[in-house]
Amino acid sequence: MSTDLIISGIKAFLILGLLLTNTILLIWLERKLVAGMQSRVGPDRAGPFGILQTVADAIKLLLKEQIMPLKADRAMYLLAPIIALVPSFLIFMIIPLGPDLNLEINGQNIIVPLVGADLNVGVLFFLALSSIAVYSVVLAGWSSGSKYPLLGGVRASAQMISYEAAMGLSLVPVILYSGSMSMSEIVRSQSGHLSSPIPFLDAFVSIIPKWNIFPQFVAFAIFFIASVAEVNRAPFDLVEAEQELVGGFHTEYSGFRFAMFFLAEYINMFNMCAITATFFLGGWLGPTFSNFLPPILSAFMPTIWLGVKTFALLFIYVWIRATLPRLRYDQLMELGWKRLIPISLIWLILSSIVLGLREFGLPWS
Amino acid sequence: MLDLFLFAIPAAFVLAGALIVIFAKNPVHNAMGLVLTLASLAVVYITLNATFVAMVQMLVYAGAVMTLFLFVIMMIGVDKAEQTKEEIKGQTFLVLGTLILLGSLLTYIVINSGFKWDLWFPAVDYSIEGTPDVLAGSLFTSWIFPFEVISILLIVAATAAIALAYDTKTRRDDD
Repeated sequence: MSTDLIISGIKAFLILGLLLTNTILLIWLERKLVAGMQSRVGPDRAGPFGILQTVADAIKLLLKEQIMPLKADRAMYLLAPIIALVPSFLIFMIIPLGPDLNLEINGQNIIVPLVGADLNVGVLFFLALSSIAVYSVVLAGWSSGSKYPLLGGVRASAQMISYEAAMGLSLVPVILYSGSMSMSEIVRSQSGHLSSPIPFLDAFVSIIPKWNIFPQFVAFAIFFIASVAEVNRAPFDLVEAEQELVGGFHTEYSGFRFAMFFLAEYINMFNMCAITATFFLGGWLGPTFSNFLPPILSAFMPTIWLGVKTFALLFIYVWIRATLPRLRYDQLMELGWKRLIPISLIWLILSSIVLGLREFGLPWS
Repeated sequence: MLDLFLFAIPAAFVLAGALIVIFAKNPVHNAMGLVLTLASLAVVYITLNATFVAMVQMLVYAGAVMTLFLFVIMMIGVDKAEQTKEEIKGQTFLVLGTLILLGSLLTYIVINSGFKWDLWFPAVDYSIEGTPDVLAGSLFTSWIFPFEVISILLIVAATAAIALAYDTKTRRDDD
């Protein structure tokens, strides 16, 4: 019992540290990448390649004065940044970072699962927490007692409700294919290679890993689009459209409270990419090179693979931001309700039929 | 002892949220009180080993339904003063009557049980965890008929709401 508690405590601290330092890296990376895509230099003053720019920004925000608007609703105004930050940390707890570790401490063999909490309802936990995160934006917009944040908040609640539906529906076929709602089980179900009943095709197909993205490419596309909308990033960033709403829901926040929103946004982005990698790109699966790497290094290879996949997706996020213009509001709603949700429903029925045929054969035979 | 704490802390939050729903002046505060109540109920479900129900509670009630509530409150504006006039005739007496009825029922149970507090924790088989498989197993076998009837009921309600709101006579020239 007590070793379990200690292990959980160590995990919680490590994940907290990882997410915070990772955000610093992520903000710098995004600024550098966007600058490169727009033929600019980007941050290059603080530290080598400007990597300490985010640290400087964070210190600046910490030292700034906290301003509260006169017409603000005090309790909700203070609550909103906290609601933004807590779910973003909790979601990361269910992402499996690697296979179970076998540690030997004081002669005892302890199995440490490399995941904060391996819930058997992990997928639902993720969806539930991302629906809680909507409150932060809505409350921040409303409680500021100002018009632009309110407009941002109303836009946010409509957008996030719309895209959550498509997101949840696109995950159902994945759950059906994996046969479990546990994130670790979903990763394990993707090990091995694809196979085909036709021998000619089998030779080609058997070199492709059995990641969910290959049989579930439509679900992947829907989930990816919905996840970009869910974290309010371009081209779906109407929530904080600078040209129309000043800063959107966080216009009236300053100092560290603004930093909390900023932090939550980037952690959510990282979470979303790690979850996409876990659902569709095989999570931590990948060659461990255990033949020619020392055991310590090859034990970390799964985590490194997850990182590589996550950062590849993050690169696509930044690429999209630098490339695509913002959608109009009616286009956004139309895409969500008239395209993504019907397509995901049709895809759910199709993949259920295929799965049923594979499990039980033809109904008349 | 741990069981008592695990029950008492979320239960206190459930009550606190319910009190906020009743007594707060601002509609947004009322709604957030309801969120607190629903989220704490999810925690109670987890202590009862019903993980799936807890997650659905968070996702559907604390998440989707309450976001829609807040959305509507924000759309219609919250600056209107609360109506203090009685809408239903004899409202106060009806509420008082219900209160007395519930109070006497509770007193009867407490006296009848000989003041045993283990009534708080009815016998629960903690060995079964409410995983999706277990729940789906009993929902789609022994409870399939009520399940389908409820789904029809919900569809009827949704269709009726659309039929009431969508006036075909006035809207015909729009489409």
